[in-house]
Amino acid sequence: MSDAHPVGDSGRLEVRIIRKAFAAVSGERADVLRDVTFCLDRGLIGVLVGPSGCGKTTMLRIIAGLDSDYQGTVQRPAAGRLGMVFQEPRLLPWRTVEENVRLVAPSADPAKLATLFQVLELAHHRAHYPGELSLGLARRVALARALAITPDILLLDEPFVSLDEALAARLREELVSLVDNRTLTTLMVTHDVEEAVRLADRVLLLSARPGRILVEVPIPTPRSARTEGDIASIKAEIARQLGGAVATTSTERQC
Amino acid sequence: MVRLASLAIFLAAWYVGSALAGEQMLPSPAKVASTIAAEARSGELFFNLAVTLTRVFLAFALAMAAGTALGLLMGRVMLADRLGDPWLIVLLNLPALVIIVLAYVWGGLTEIAAILAVTLNKLPNTVVAIREGARALDPGLDEMARAFALPRWKILRHIVLPQLAPYLATAARSGLSLIWKIVLVVELLGRPNGVGFEIGIAFQLFDVTRILAYAMAFVAVILAIDTLLVQPLERRASRWRLRTA
Repeated sequence: MSDAHPVGDSGRLEVRIIRKAFAAVSGERADVLRDVTFCLDRGLIGVLVGPSGCGKTTMLRIIAGLDSDYQGTVQRPAAGRLGMVFQEPRLLPWRTVEENVRLVAPSADPAKLATLFQVLELAHHRAHYPGELSLGLARRVALARALAITPDILLLDEPFVSLDEALAARLREELVSLVDNRTLTTLMVTHDVEEAVRLADRVLLLSARPGRILVEVPIPTPRSARTEGDIASIKAEIARQLGGAVATTSTERQC
Repeated sequence: MVRLASLAIFLAAWYVGSALAGEQMLPSPAKVASTIAAEARSGELFFNLAVTLTRVFLAFALAMAAGTALGLLMGRVMLADRLGDPWLIVLLNLPALVIIVLAYVWGGLTEIAAILAVTLNKLPNTVVAIREGARALDPGLDEMARAFALPRWKILRHIVLPQLAPYLATAARSGLSLIWKIVLVVELLGRPNGVGFEIGIAFQLFDVTRILAYAMAFVAVILAIDTLLVQPLERRASRWRLRTA
């Protein structure tokens, strides 16, 4: 048994998961994560890419401190406030958009909150209940909630999955604009290499189950300066580094 | 409008019934009404209603509070569920009379014994309803609350209780109707006042008019509480739901 605990002032996120296993219904224990080690410096966006079922969500839950049944250590920045966006919006249906955000951030500055709602185009929906929102809007509320607490660490679990590409692209831009001005360490999980390359300062590629880190690809070019050509070449670079692994992972999506 | 028509039909049937059966067996509405008025003038009616209502609300509050706590515990903690379940089955199925008589035997003919007897009769229903609700709590919301490090009281107040609201409403509604019934029996058996006591006296004198007078006044109070208190609360608790019908 280990626990995610805040240590040190470096603002660095250090993850060292030796082994994480789940017991199946049959009683057999199957490894989900194996030797996952990485660190992420303050202010950077790290993106974990891997096929579905490779343990990405499990890893985020461990880092968030929601699961302490694993071998290894996770070190978060001291007094690090954690903001999290789950795969589903997980809003409280009996509270309005604004009340949902205020529940986790009761002392948030109203002006900052207003700006946040403005940027995420939620200004007109503050008094709406989650049941009245589309999935895209609900996702934005979840994002607003995570950012409203001015977190030191932001964890995002496929926040743009099942949205149409245009909307996802817009939300990505909004996310970047919100994250870039802060000293905030972001870790996002996705199965979309393209998305990873557009967003990340560092891409971490995970293998199929049991998940382990195959390659770490740092992207030094600033996000705003990346051209379509850069993105294509980084994707090619990732494919080259992985060798045959990318081809395998894409066929093993159902692992 | 329909409710008024329903009331009119009831009164008409009562008149006809009383004409057929005779005043002795079924006094007419007018006669019952005049008895109610007489009891109201003497103050007896209001005193007895107030006494009964106080007992109802005390027992209701106790049973809901204890039942919610126990139900949550049993719904969340396996050991508590295993330990509590046999007791729950016993209490659920034990006739109300047994609990009432035992309460009076052990506690004396006191107010505390009376209220505890009613509470114990209502408690298991609340526990069962809330346990069901506790089992249905959304683990996703719980994780969200833990990830954002919400304090415990906030989780209870803003995440757990709203999810339990429909179960609490069911428990409250069925519980209230159970308590109305049991309180009168408790009063009949061991209290010197209250609607149940008055009806007991009237029964010994075979005074059907008086029985009906108290019964009708009591029904009026129940209806008033349901429309003025229970229904608005239910509406408030479910105001965020999209109108489906």
